[in-house]
Amino acid sequence: MTKQSKEEVDPTRRRFLVATTTVIGGALVGTALVPFIESMEPSAAAVAAGAPVDVDISKVEPGALITVMWRSRPVWVLNRTDKQLQELPKLDPRLKDPDSEQPQQIPSCKNGHRSLKPQYFMCVAICTHLGCVPTYRPEIAPPDLGPKWEGGFFCPCHGSRYDLAGRVFKGSPAPLNLPVPPHFYVNDTTLRVGELEGGGDENWHPATW
Amino acid sequence: MSKNSSGFMAWVDRRFPLTELWNEHMARYFAPKNFNFWYFFGSLALLILVMQIATGIWLAMNYTPNSKMAFDSVEYIMRDVPWGWLIRFMHSTGASAFFIIVYLHMYRGLIYGSYKRPRELVWLIGASIFVLLMAEAFMGYLLPWGQMSYWGAEVITSLFGAIPWVGGGLETWLRGDFSVSNATLNRFFAWHAVLIPILLLALVVVHIIALHRVGSNNPDGVEIHDNEDEDGIPVDGVAFHPYYTVKDLVGVGVFLILFSLVVFFAPTLDGWFLEPDNFVKANTLKTPPEIKPLWYFMPFYAILRSVPNKLSGVLSMAASIVALFALPWLDRSPVKSHRYRGGLYQLGLGVFALTFLVLGFMGSQPPTPAHADLGFRFTELYFSFFIMMVIYSQPRSKGYYVGTLIVAAALIFGLDWLRVGDIPVDIMLRTWWIPAAYWLVFTVLPLFTRLHIPGDVPTRVTSR
Repeated sequence: MTKQSKEEVDPTRRRFLVATTTVIGGALVGTALVPFIESMEPSAAAVAAGAPVDVDISKVEPGALITVMWRSRPVWVLNRTDKQLQELPKLDPRLKDPDSEQPQQIPSCKNGHRSLKPQYFMCVAICTHLGCVPTYRPEIAPPDLGPKWEGGFFCPCHGSRYDLAGRVFKGSPAPLNLPVPPHFYVNDTTLRVGELEGGGDENWHPATW
Repeated sequence: MSKNSSGFMAWVDRRFPLTELWNEHMARYFAPKNFNFWYFFGSLALLILVMQIATGIWLAMNYTPNSKMAFDSVEYIMRDVPWGWLIRFMHSTGASAFFIIVYLHMYRGLIYGSYKRPRELVWLIGASIFVLLMAEAFMGYLLPWGQMSYWGAEVITSLFGAIPWVGGGLETWLRGDFSVSNATLNRFFAWHAVLIPILLLALVVVHIIALHRVGSNNPDGVEIHDNEDEDGIPVDGVAFHPYYTVKDLVGVGVFLILFSLVVFFAPTLDGWFLEPDNFVKANTLKTPPEIKPLWYFMPFYAILRSVPNKLSGVLSMAASIVALFALPWLDRSPVKSHRYRGGLYQLGLGVFALTFLVLGFMGSQPPTPAHADLGFRFTELYFSFFIMMVIYSQPRSKGYYVGTLIVAAALIFGLDWLRVGDIPVDIMLRTWWIPAAYWLVFTVLPLFTRLHIPGDVPTRVTSR
């Protein structure tokens, strides 16, 4: 490089300085943004409030449904009758995802009844369409749901229909089956929601709530 | 005012260009002299913005952004705070009034071609203001923490969950919890009361600066600065102040009469401005029988739920708003005002306005398959208008219109094919003619009539 007078501008030097200042300055601004973005994540209190919950199922009679709270979401435990269980396979042709191919449940519940034990069905009671709470409608063919209704869950917001294994019917705006969260039997009458046997999977997320 | 003059204004002007600003934007801003009824809504929107900020500040003096206390603090404002009921009803009625005014303001821009060159940026900034306004209204609606507040927020934030891969995490990040909760309420309050009003005010200033750079459009779509006298004053222009300030005051008077009638005699407007379900405190375990947004979101809500697939529905709703931003580049016709665009284009504008109203009505109806299907038909008409704009941008050959009709028929059939299984076929068979008739009219009439051909645009504004 030739020697330059004091007034002369060296464009190479200037370009290098502008580029490095921009890159380093940009990186610093980007780094400074991280706390502001992270600050919007759930707080430690919210995460703690999302800890696993034990559910006593000894008093849930056949055909009855109870609602417990987990991560401020309603979670259902349904004690299905034998008759209700027998209906499930017959509904397969009318369902969007009868074999639970979508990752809407823990692997141990990817079966015809979508539960650990056939009798007790657990799911998060949040419609996969737009997050409403469906209603439990066990009655057969009520006037408002039509003659083909064999008992199931009906979402009052936009009319999504699910069977008693939380599998969504064709024609519903909801795309996916109701999510089955991580859970296991602590003993015969206690279910723990939010954890798998032996721990793990606390950050489980279905494809859609 | 010369720089040497004395007096208070001269003292100020030497330090801040007050007189210059006043002249540039008011006393020496020349607007076309043929403004009509439609030109009231810009200044009215500004009036409501000021009113919403003022009533909002007063509400914030007594409101508590906490999920345990929010609902009660709103009732406290209504019952115990002196004049609290008036300030709250002004704010809630103001929200609806804002949308009525803004929709009319946007329709004005649509019929007179105010989005066209050289006003593309005025339009884009305006469309951004509209999006911010929707965010502002949505977040404000959560604050009373009523049933509809809570479930509306749950539904709308879950829309982000439809985005593949990142949706679930984004949803939790927006809510600040695994569902809508106190954290969500707090951040919505911060955004509603601080973040968005700042952005709105800044964008409104930018909107007006951009408008005053290019000059106002008018019902004839004539550029008044093409005809200036020897002093550089447009011959078809009048000074904004005093002529339009005084005219706008008449609009303000009429508006305030109507506004007061609602505030004092029908603040809920039979459930349209304040929904009955929102007078019940939020219950996270019980969904109201029917979740619906306030009236001003209903056209977009109808588009969302008439598409029987969550992601496609969300994308369609987003597209219905993005289409507004694309307007200056969809409609390439050099003729601005509908007055000279030909009868078919005027019909298209009328049908579009009607479509928007019908979609609004469909959004308020229960979600039966028949309603979803009708909503889908009018969603098709909504987007058809934007496609029609592209086709009517310039003269086309007969073959072009015939080809368009064939493509339109194929699209209508194809979209119905995709809906088989979600909507009963007999319902679809009853309504397929709605988009079909639309495209038949807009492609066959140009073959046999001259209704699609623009007329001559005058060089000076007319007295109509």
